[in-house]
Amino acid sequence: MTLVFMESADDELSRQALTLAQSLGGDVRAVTIDGPYAPSVWAAAIVEAAGGDDIVGPGSDRGNELLAHAAAQLDLPFAANVSEIQGDELTRLRWGGTLLEEARLHSDRRLLSSAPFAFAPATWGQEVAVLTPSFGDGVQVVDHVAPDMGGKVSLADAKVVVSGGRGVGSAEGFAILEELAALLDAAVGCSRVVTSAGWRPHSDQVGQTGTKVSPDLYIACGISGATQHIAGCKGAKALLAINADKEATIFAHADYAVIGDLHEIVPAITAELRKVKGS
Amino acid sequence: MTDSSALPVSARAVVVGAGIVGSSLAYHLARLGWRDLVLVDKGPLPNPGGSTGHASNFIFPVDHSKEMTQLTADSVRQYKEWDVFTESGGIEVARNEERMQELQRRMSSAKAWGIEGCEIISPARVKELVPYIEESVIVGGFYTKGVGIVDSLRFGTIAREKAQELGALQVFANTEVLGIEVEGGRVTGIRTTKGDIATDTIVVCCGVWAPKIARMAGASIPLTPAVHQMIDVGPVPHFKDTQGVIEFPIVRDMDTNMYERQDGSGLEIGSYAHRAILHDPEDIPSNEEAALSPTELPFTQEDFEKQMEDALELIPDVLNDESVGIKYAINGLLSLTPDGLPLLGETPEVKGLWSAAAVWVKEGPGVGKAMAEWMTHGESEIDLQSSDIARFYECQKSRTHIRARAAEGFNKTYGIVHPSEQWESNRGVRLSPFYEREQALGAVFYEAAAWERPHWYQSNEKLLEEFGERINRREAEWESRWWSPIINAEHLAMRERAAMFDLTAFCIFDVLGPGALECVQTVSTRQMDVGHGKVVYTPVLSPSGTFKSDLTVMRLGDEHFRVVTGGAHGMADLKWYADHAPEGTTVVDLTSAYTTLGLWGPRSRDILASLTRDDVSHAGFPFGTCRPIELDSLRVLASRISYVGELGWELYVPIEQGAKLWDLVWEAGQAHGVVPAGIGVYGTTGRLEKCYRAFGFELDADFTVVEAGMAPPKVKGADFVGKEAHLRHRESDPVAILCTLTVDDHTSKSGQKRYMLGREPILARDGSRLVDAHGRGSYVTSAGAGPSIGKHILMAYLPPENANVGEELLVEYLGEQYPVTVQCNDATAVFDPENTRVRA
Amino acid sequence: MRILVCVKRVPITGGRMVLTADEQAIETKHLGFTISPHEECGVEEAVRIVEAGGGEVVVLTLGPEEAAEQIRDCMAIGADRGIHLVSSEEWDPQATAAAIADAIRAEDPFDLIVFGNESADAGGYQVGIRVAYALGLPVVTGLKGLTVDAGRARCEQEVPGGRDVYDVALPAVVSVKEGLNLPRYPSVPAKLRAKSKPLDARLVERPVSKLEKLRLVVPEGSHKQAEILGEGPAAAPRVVEVMQQLGVA
Repeated sequence: MTLVFMESADDELSRQALTLAQSLGGDVRAVTIDGPYAPSVWAAAIVEAAGGDDIVGPGSDRGNELLAHAAAQLDLPFAANVSEIQGDELTRLRWGGTLLEEARLHSDRRLLSSAPFAFAPATWGQEVAVLTPSFGDGVQVVDHVAPDMGGKVSLADAKVVVSGGRGVGSAEGFAILEELAALLDAAVGCSRVVTSAGWRPHSDQVGQTGTKVSPDLYIACGISGATQHIAGCKGAKALLAINADKEATIFAHADYAVIGDLHEIVPAITAELRKVKGS
Repeated sequence: MTDSSALPVSARAVVVGAGIVGSSLAYHLARLGWRDLVLVDKGPLPNPGGSTGHASNFIFPVDHSKEMTQLTADSVRQYKEWDVFTESGGIEVARNEERMQELQRRMSSAKAWGIEGCEIISPARVKELVPYIEESVIVGGFYTKGVGIVDSLRFGTIAREKAQELGALQVFANTEVLGIEVEGGRVTGIRTTKGDIATDTIVVCCGVWAPKIARMAGASIPLTPAVHQMIDVGPVPHFKDTQGVIEFPIVRDMDTNMYERQDGSGLEIGSYAHRAILHDPEDIPSNEEAALSPTELPFTQEDFEKQMEDALELIPDVLNDESVGIKYAINGLLSLTPDGLPLLGETPEVKGLWSAAAVWVKEGPGVGKAMAEWMTHGESEIDLQSSDIARFYECQKSRTHIRARAAEGFNKTYGIVHPSEQWESNRGVRLSPFYEREQALGAVFYEAAAWERPHWYQSNEKLLEEFGERINRREAEWESRWWSPIINAEHLAMRERAAMFDLTAFCIFDVLGPGALECVQTVSTRQMDVGHGKVVYTPVLSPSGTFKSDLTVMRLGDEHFRVVTGGAHGMADLKWYADHAPEGTTVVDLTSAYTTLGLWGPRSRDILASLTRDDVSHAGFPFGTCRPIELDSLRVLASRISYVGELGWELYVPIEQGAKLWDLVWEAGQAHGVVPAGIGVYGTTGRLEKCYRAFGFELDADFTVVEAGMAPPKVKGADFVGKEAHLRHRESDPVAILCTLTVDDHTSKSGQKRYMLGREPILARDGSRLVDAHGRGSYVTSAGAGPSIGKHILMAYLPPENANVGEELLVEYLGEQYPVTVQCNDATAVFDPENTRVRA
Repeated sequence: MRILVCVKRVPITGGRMVLTADEQAIETKHLGFTISPHEECGVEEAVRIVEAGGGEVVVLTLGPEEAAEQIRDCMAIGADRGIHLVSSEEWDPQATAAAIADAIRAEDPFDLIVFGNESADAGGYQVGIRVAYALGLPVVTGLKGLTVDAGRARCEQEVPGGRDVYDVALPAVVSVKEGLNLPRYPSVPAKLRAKSKPLDARLVERPVSKLEKLRLVVPEGSHKQAEILGEGPAAAPRVVEVMQQLGVA
């Protein structure tokens, strides 16, 4: 028997966790939690609801956090970002998914989170049980601050991301990416090289240690395709790479490719879009 | 842009490596008319990931080597032509007086090679130019205005584009070489990850990977990848308001083997001071595996700690600032060779396989141009002979040798290297059959072509007393280093009695077969169609009539000639003969088959006569002849010639009989006062008194036979390489004449007697440089004692207006000028000008 | 303030990962090493807090002998002291947390214990949390903002659409993310000073792994054959067509 924690019934990553849970065999129960977020309290509620069952959660920040709390409370092992499992042998992501680890879980109970996009999302036909734990002295969220996006769509939510790498050449070079992004209602992203160089703030960074994005279209401009970056954009449904080096690693991850100088190509796409939209 | 088309099935030539060298070479080949060229590199463009991509890209134009200075000057010209050079000026700073003397020597080299804009400056002036330096730790500097930085990657891109515009070149990046096809000792094709190309010419320009590629063809490119550590710190407040990449002069902190150069808002600090960290070409990561690039390896902090302290001492203003951080640090790979010089030319092992490796950014474009000329015309405008890859003997291509010498040479990158300085590592590899006897006599061994060769014998110390006042003692440490007054004593003993010389290091090879005469005639300027038993000394010329070598040839039969040449350049000579050998003629290396014992001096005939029943009288065994004679139990090939101006013979026996030969001559010589003498006499004092020229000193590709005063009275009828040019040179008066000078007064300002060692500028009495009509400055080609004439002898090419016997000039040595006088302006000797001793 | 920052030595990987023959680790003969990017920000944050208010920054690592390099690197950033639990083996998260908790108990109490949100290599997402439980301390993860004042820490955790704010009493455990600050580069004098800072190294024995690594696998490439839409600006119309097909333009 397995208990699945879902952030919400229609949350994409949670529905992927559901698929993992269903693959374990046996009955599956799904729960969500209502009330202000308090990790230790939420985890305790999950532990209590699970009884002696396996526990599965999504491979999101929150999913991993709650599973880790639950594991600490139970003093059981927890395997984060599992992409495959058979009995007690599983495969999990390392290096943001650039490398896989085959591991054995030495435990009667399995505590797992599902690697993002490793499983197809399941549809949960039944009611998701809502847990309403009572809050004691556990650490809890006391406030929420939302950055002023100036009407722009956030990187994590954007349907289109226009992202730039070393090839953009400078902070000023991002102007043409901004222009294209504005037309597409897209967010502008960048690689770690760019934030290290100080051309863009870290909040724009897509990658293993930046934001992990899953837009409908990811446009990688002048990005070579380092593992750190791919780990952040492999959730994209389609990837268009624009690069002068036709042997760049990024093309191995791309669905569409344009070869050439991004400084010429990006403005040409912008102009073409304007023309099409204008007509 | 790389070509999107498929690899062609054949090419006129394939260049491997798109760094500074390969790109430049491809361009120059195209410029010289080559078409159907292909350039491949396993990495991406414009930075394929080799040493060019992380080079510090700065250029100091002055080097003690003429060849390197010329290549660098030509490179700077090319960088400037394509607008990728930024002049910053540069200062080599000295932390002690010994280094100040070395900087004076640099100044001499600058004058000798004609590099303008150099001066010795005070610590205060250094501080003015580089305000962030701590002037109290230095005692002075050598400023060169023409120092600058280049954009080597951009240069490569322009070079490739220009070659492509000429329709001569296709470029394929991300294309790795898998194999080289060789048939009958010739290149026939190359295999790559993108397909195969048929070609008879491949040029290996891929730096640290070159040995690996050469090995695919069965050839050797003897270099090792080695680490050069670099860090980049910033942002430096001093650079806040500067424009562009560099405004402040580059500083070389010579005594700590480090440099500091501005790079935009940062300061790059590089080091040659850490332990030698050598890699193997096979162990360099691929472009995909490497975190940065294959030649930018992880920094090893512990190797750099001493250097940080040293740098902190010199530039505390920058480095003590806690806001200045270390932003980048790498172990960059570069190429090191056993003798510190590049590896250029066709490999001796495989026809059509050329090497242009172990070249630094400062000489890259110059090498590209010179190599293209060599491949096109058979020679280059700038003499590349000391970089000729054919120079190595087999044992010098071993991994152990390469690594030992590379490691030893690495820390001397900015070192004070004495012109006679000897290698310490991997010695004792080639030992002559006389070695044990020489050791017993206290021989001080110098290395020649990997042989251990006595330079003088401590056992001859007693001769110092014998010759007393006639022997000069040197007062200054610098000239006494790697030198002994015993050399002069051995010299005098030879002139008065007789001396034995170990000449085992000679390179010996036979030319055999029906085309043997044609081969030696083609290569040699002198008549080779002589009777059996004749020995002919001959210059060997390049197509343009300058020196390729000089050597002696013995005719031993109708189709049998034996060539004897100096060890250092012997392997390149052998290749030159082999390259000119007609079908059916073979060139056989006998260097390790024969040993040579030289016996010279007025008593040498008596010694020889006491050992043989053969006629060794002047009439019976004239000068310039050779023949077998019996010495006791040995049959010896004796050759009556001399490089020291004395009666005597070179005695050749199979190497296993060498010890016996030594013992015979030694024992017979005792009654005649024979001494063992070293190469100090043979190579310097003996030959200089006779004004005999030496290859690599007086004789190189910058000068003609006519200028060297060696033109024969008439030119032989048979054709030879360089004949046309030589005939042309004879028609007009030379613009430089090789002269012999002596030093009139050795006294320095401090009252010490100083003795020049060679390569110093010769100046007019007013201190101005002497420059001939071809722009060549006068410099000392050789310098050394003349114990028999009691003078210090210098040789130099002078403009005709100064080449007058009795002309008074100056030589500049370590920052001071000394009066000299021209003694001869032709090949006449300053000792025994009538050659009576040789012909005794 | 006494702050402990826990870091892990990880290789600086290139474009392609290559495994050792026994498939137990990444081949690192050509690679340099660092600590995880999240942890770099953790060290920087701790140093800033101590620079502003006084105290001590201690860096702890569990790793091979060579991991002393990473401790020295942290010292060059400003950490005062190092604790090195030496083991050449790889430990699972539970065992790692237990060893760290033991080491912390042996020290005078820390006001703040800082982890990276997850390590760059193993990515277990749990060691900091487990240590907090073992020590009975509150824990907040994923911080992009941290303010310490009057015995309390205001923690900003990155969540979709903004940041959740927590207010915890010290001592506490936090895990941080890259972007919390821009870590400084070490200066030359700081590098030299780091050489002589105290580093306490002790051998530790690895217990049985509950999450036992069997082997590593390099995932097969996506084998995507990118459709080439063209070269240069001429490709623009085709790009816009594709955008329309995808419903984003």
